[in-house]
Amino acid sequence: MADPLSTGVGGAGERRAKRFSVQTMPGFTIMAALCFIALYAPLFPMVFYSFNAGESIAVWQGFSWRWYESAWGNELVKDVTIRSLVVACFASAIATTLATLAALGTTRTEAFKGQTFIYVIINQPLMVPEIVTGVALLVFFAMIKVATGYTGLAYLIAAHTAFCIPFAYLPIRARLEGMDKTLEAAAADLYATPFQAFRRITLPLMAPGIVAGAMLAFVISLDDVVITELVKAAGQDTLPTYMLGQLRRAITPEINAISTALLAITVVLLTAIFFLTRKKE
Amino acid sequence: MTGTDDIRQDAGGRAEAEAARRRVRVNWLLSAPALVWLAFAASGPLLIMAVYSFLTPGDYVGVIWDFSTEAWFQVLFSRDIFDQTVSLADAHLTIFWRSLSLSMLTTLSTLVLGFPTAYFIATRPRDQRPLWLFLVTIPFWTNLLIRTFAIMELIRNEGLINSVLLKFGLIDQPIQMLFTDGATLVGMAYVYLPLMVLPLYASMERLDFKLVEAGYDLYATRFQVLRKVIFPLVKPGVIAGSILVFIPSLGAYVTPRLLGGGRNMMMGNFIELQFGAGRNWPLGAALSITLLFVVMAALIVYVRNVGKGGAGHG
Repeated sequence: MADPLSTGVGGAGERRAKRFSVQTMPGFTIMAALCFIALYAPLFPMVFYSFNAGESIAVWQGFSWRWYESAWGNELVKDVTIRSLVVACFASAIATTLATLAALGTTRTEAFKGQTFIYVIINQPLMVPEIVTGVALLVFFAMIKVATGYTGLAYLIAAHTAFCIPFAYLPIRARLEGMDKTLEAAAADLYATPFQAFRRITLPLMAPGIVAGAMLAFVISLDDVVITELVKAAGQDTLPTYMLGQLRRAITPEINAISTALLAITVVLLTAIFFLTRKKE
Repeated sequence: MTGTDDIRQDAGGRAEAEAARRRVRVNWLLSAPALVWLAFAASGPLLIMAVYSFLTPGDYVGVIWDFSTEAWFQVLFSRDIFDQTVSLADAHLTIFWRSLSLSMLTTLSTLVLGFPTAYFIATRPRDQRPLWLFLVTIPFWTNLLIRTFAIMELIRNEGLINSVLLKFGLIDQPIQMLFTDGATLVGMAYVYLPLMVLPLYASMERLDFKLVEAGYDLYATRFQVLRKVIFPLVKPGVIAGSILVFIPSLGAYVTPRLLGGGRNMMMGNFIELQFGAGRNWPLGAALSITLLFVVMAALIVYVRNVGKGGAGHG
């Protein structure tokens, strides 16, 4: 502000007078701007046409909520959404429980034989392509179906739980690694039984990690397309596989409305998490 | 410290060893439920797949339990139905090449776009960075299907791009963009871009700009500093991002199916086809195991390079 050049000489002089910045890279800011535009621009037409009064997803015929109403009143959409939520609830609950136990067994301990093996098995769903896991489960579950005759939702829940375990495990483990054992040792000194120490000290301290892991697992389960598509029996569509099926047929703005609603939920949840974690800092 | 430790260890050596053994046993017991579940619904089925790749396809579905290496043969070769002459399976090779080249191009284009973006975020004032990062995380957490659908709507014949071009008279026929390899590439680059930016940012955030300044003090140009100072320092992030994009691209299923269409299949779609209309489970199993090996090879390259890179710059 006190810079004399900034008043009279104008843009060019101002730029020349600026200190040489070691952080500037020519063109990088423009590329970054392009990248942010590229990330968001494709979503706008989708959102825009979800409010179209017409049948088309390309010709604008005025504003209306009709496709949201039609999606809301669609029994099939309701059905698949409930199934998605049921699977995600079960899968994230089981996966978080198993991951919590495994994290307790693999952190804050001296290295032991087989530890790497445990890591590899737990993180395996992150490394193996989804399509491979999907067809492998298709083959394996087909064998069980023939042997037992059971064709219910448990297959989907079992599959979802498995690929949710690493997503739940990683934040819990990160949380545990940041905790030292002094508080538990103090509890033991004060004659707490191991269970009391765990219940009153360890569990509350690791709770944020467990919550983060459970949320991650829940979202990952809700979003899954590939494994669900391969494992599901007839009539076991979840919301994503239902949408995938719809996208191959004639597309109406109803799909836009469902997608926009999901997008809005994602944005609202993430924004809430963003501000909640920010306040704490 | 060490002296007393030694004495204590000698005195209670056996009790200590017993306690250590018990702790290890507890560790295994705690990990066991997760391991059993994963063995049941993740690792175990992969072994069954390996077995299936050596069986004979059933007439309609499934397999017949007769040992055969035919499926592995079919991965690369085909036999003429009439005179049994063996030739390379061109259709398969085309699909492998498309998967490999599109995955590499996806990785490259996300790197070109993602590198400046991660750099941009890392050079913002500290209190602004979370907000920029947040803008990258929103698409990351948005369902992949929705993002693919958004691209699909954009490039359809009746989509926004064609409508605008037609309206301004730049073209008189809509350009066929959907159901091409280019569409798959754009779609994959779009959906996997956040996977590149996030690890790149993680390593750029730790970049020490004193080293960059030193480069300029020694009369390096901007480009030289970028190539000789910044790039080597953030190489672990570059490799991590590349692996994170390359692996899901290679096994991609949803994006090539919706944007590439039935004729421009990638590995993932080809594998699925064998378990559906193709009715050749052993071939599908052999293809899956092949894909798995390629991914493992990429992961090994990653582990080696990041290890080496870390040691080199430490």
